[in-house]
This record gives sequence, structure tokens and C-alpha cells, in this order.
Amino acid sequence: MEISAGDTAWVLTAAALVLLMTPGVAFFYGGMVRSKSVLNMIMMSFLAIGIVTVLWVAFGFSLAFADSGNGFIGDFSLNGLTGLVGHLAQNGGQYPIPALAFAMFQLMFAIITVALISGAVADRMKFLAWGIFAAAWVTLVYFPVAHWVFDFGSDTLGGDGAGWLANLGVLDFAGGTAVHINAGAAGLALVIVMGKRIGFGKVPMKPHSLPFVVLGASLLYFGWFGFNAGSALGANDIAALAFTNTMVATAAGVLGWLIIEKIRDGHATSLGAASGAVAGLVAITPACAFVAPWGAIAIGAIAGVICAFAVTLKYRLGFDDSLDVVGVHMVGGIVGCLLIGFFATTEVNALGKDGLFYGGTFDVLRVQAIGAGAVMAYSFGVTVILALILKYTVKLRVSKDEEQAGIDLAVHAESAYEFGESGGGGILAGVGHAGRRTEGN
Amino acid sequence: MKIITAIIKPFKLDDVKTALEAKGVHGCTVSEASGFGRQGGHTEVYRGAEYTVDLIPKVRVEVVVDDAEVDAVVEAIVAGARTGKIGDGKVWVTPVDSVIRVRTGERGTEAL
Repeated sequence: MEISAGDTAWVLTAAALVLLMTPGVAFFYGGMVRSKSVLNMIMMSFLAIGIVTVLWVAFGFSLAFADSGNGFIGDFSLNGLTGLVGHLAQNGGQYPIPALAFAMFQLMFAIITVALISGAVADRMKFLAWGIFAAAWVTLVYFPVAHWVFDFGSDTLGGDGAGWLANLGVLDFAGGTAVHINAGAAGLALVIVMGKRIGFGKVPMKPHSLPFVVLGASLLYFGWFGFNAGSALGANDIAALAFTNTMVATAAGVLGWLIIEKIRDGHATSLGAASGAVAGLVAITPACAFVAPWGAIAIGAIAGVICAFAVTLKYRLGFDDSLDVVGVHMVGGIVGCLLIGFFATTEVNALGKDGLFYGGTFDVLRVQAIGAGAVMAYSFGVTVILALILKYTVKLRVSKDEEQAGIDLAVHAESAYEFGESGGGGILAGVGHAGRRTEGN
Repeated sequence: MKIITAIIKPFKLDDVKTALEAKGVHGCTVSEASGFGRQGGHTEVYRGAEYTVDLIPKVRVEVVVDDAEVDAVVEAIVAGARTGKIGDGKVWVTPVDSVIRVRTGERGTEAL
């Protein structure tokens, strides 16, 4: 098989699109926090890019996609990625794209999964603790789970050894389980161990910049075409189907969330529109190559409605998942995974299955539930242990004073804006003196 | 001399400024302020969570005038700021001992 220029061009482009989603998340989350913590929110995403990329090259890709034969985690045979050069990508079949293109495309998924978790711990997590968490979590949770779901065997350098969920027949085209349920369950575990922000549920914690939130959601929407349509690993029919379904499910997600808001709260909000878009995107992610466009509209709308209710549950359940990683990503991921059991149809993709609405059996739904449940349980369990270890060693949280004064100043010695309620001092910010740190005297 | 301080609705600032100019007032100081009174706050909803915002944005206008002009200027401000709805604000008058113009050193009413 020869390298296809068209397929390779699309997969490389798609990889860059998926990378853009992480700064998208940074702005999406950054706008939702108060002005005193926006830099920390953005920095958590950027640190994820740094840490996960280095680990991915070192051993992450190998742990996720090399063949160990155990179905649970790969081995170290592809460490450093040098062994991929000159080979075609193989994952449940051969693709006419360079193996390195596949490795870079998959890297972007690992990055954004870690970045998504940061929304749960806004305003209060020590940056060192976040860095250690990101490295440990991606190694202990993401790499194995990616192997379970995304490794279809016959890897880049030979061998069988598909992941156990892939073997079981779980349909997850672009990461409803490995990315969204995974990140959501981890966020839930982390905030349960970490505790609430000071004043949670008592003082208003208003988003400081809704235009940032909408900008971030728009970057996510744009990048998500790479995420979903790129997962076809080629410029083909399946990519076009995934693209179409991504577009329409997101539109339906916006409408679903806004309708609930209008009825329940009296106002359709910009935060609701951005949130509905993301809920639709999350839910269509596992399903985008297996359902017809009408099915995608239904999945997006259902996710928008369910997530609009799910995000209010944290106040009743008493955990401070600050930016609703659980309510949007875990719940949206579960909705998408399970609805495949209803809306999947082989009319659009012969490699898929028929769900209940297309004459399929309950078995499809059962297998989807196993996939969602297994990832949720594993991610939650390992994250709780990891969080407890960090809590009693390096500590998870900044001090109370630092949290109240603003984590940006305490952790990064910067303030985002030279105006506004905190951090900046308006015209008074120019009063003082400029100094330069010198060494050796 | 007296200093007249007015807390008004932000969107009435232009009307008040026009009214002051019509009375021959040559300058005033304007600052953004927040506060609460009988008007109460308002509610905002983010992802279904209701926040009551207690402090309402207002504008504070300060103008120093000669004793003889106080009543007319106060009337002008009140007329300019009034909408008739709750939250129109307050105006109060405070004695001022002395005023100095920084550039020239003039004192008292000369400095106004």
C-alpha cells in the first residue's frame, strides 16, 4: 500500500484541528471563572499540552497502541516513536497514512482529555499538584483506557492485541468513553477528594467573561470536526458522515439547552448556548460514524436537554465540579454512548451495528453500557487513589488566603487584567516601581 | 461653599451633565459607584444557578458651588436624574471650608 496524499493531508490537518481544541477549552473554561483565576485556568490546559506531549513520545503512544496481547495496556516497544518512521498506520487494518500522522492525531486526544479535567478544580488547585496529577493520570488512566477503546489490533509494527473493549464490540468512534466519560469521572473523583471552593453555593461565582466562553466553545466546535471526522483516518465517506453528524448534533444541542433554559429560568443565555453546543458535541463523538443525520439531531437535542438539567445536580449533591465537567462531559458522553444502542444503523456504515430503532437487539445497548461503565469505574477508582496520595503529600490546594486573594497572583505572580475588581488596580496599577531581579549580589 | 454629591442612575449622567451646564456649572467630578438601597438587587442565572446581585452600579457626581447657587444646582440635578421609578438615587449637600486651584493658587470662590 502506498501513502495517500489526500488521506495524509486530511489526518494531519485534523490533528492540528484537535490540538486547537485545547486552547479552546482554556478559553471556554477561562471565561467561566472569576477574573482572579483565569490565567490559572488557561495555564492548566497549556501545562497539559507540555506534559502529555513529552510523555506521549516517551512511552504514551506505545502504552496505548503497541501490542502486548493482554488487551489492557500496551508495552514499551514503540517508545520514542522512532520505530514508526517509514511505516504506515495500522489499527484494525492498514491505512495509507504515515504511522507518525496517526500517532500525532492520537496525541491530541490525550492532551485534551487531561485539559478537560481542569474545569472541575477551578480556582484552587496547586499548580505543582496539577502537573504531577496530569503526568500520573495520563499514564495510569488515559493510556490504558485509550488502549481498551481505540486499539483495534494489528498495530503499527505487527501483532494482534486489540483493546478489550474494542474486542467486545463497543462502538466509540471518536472517544465518548476514552475522552469524555474518562475525563468526567476523573473530575468527579478529584473534586470529591479536594473539596469545594471557599464560598461555594453562598457567594456568587459569576463567569467573568462570557464572550471568552463563547469564543472557546466556537474553537471547540471548529476543532471537533478534526476530532470526529479525522477519526475516519482518511478523506472518505465515513469522514463526511462524521462531519455532517457533528455539525447537526451540535446545532440540536444548542437548541435543546436553550429551550430548557427558556422554560425553566425564563431566559435563553449565552452560557447556555455555548454549553449546549459542547453537550451536543460530546454526545455525538462516540456515535458520529454510526448514525444517520436524523439520529444525530436526536442525540444532540437529547444531550442538550439532559445536560442542562445535569449541571444543576451538583448543588443538591454538594460537590463543587466547578465548571461542570461531570454534568457536560461525563453525562453527555454516557448519553451518546448509550444512544448508539438505539440510533445506530448499518444503512450509513456497514462496519457499525443496528440499534433498537433499526431492528437491532438489546445486545448493542448492553455492550455500550459495559463500555461506558467500565471506563467510568476505572477512571473514578484510580483517580480517587491518585488524588488521595497527592492530598497527603504535595497537597492538592493552595492556602485559603491565596484562594481568596486569587490563584493567579499566588501561583503565577501575574494578573490577567489591569482593571476590574481584583488583581488589577485601574490607574493605580501604574503606581510603584519597576525592578529587575539580579543574581550574585 | 458647598459640595453637592449626587448618586444617580448611570444612564442619567448625560441628562444631569447637560442640566449642570445649563446652570453655568463649569466642572464636576464623576466616579463609578456601587451600592444598595430600596431598589434592591437583581438576579442572574448561570447554568440554572441563580445569583442575587445586591450591589447595583451607580454614578457619583460631585460638584462644588457657591452658597448662592446651591438650591438651583440641586434642583437641576434632581430634575435631570429623575425617572420617577425606584432607584433614582440621592443628592446631599455638605459644607466646604476652602477650595484651592492647584495651577494658580487661587482660593475660595475664585477657585471654582
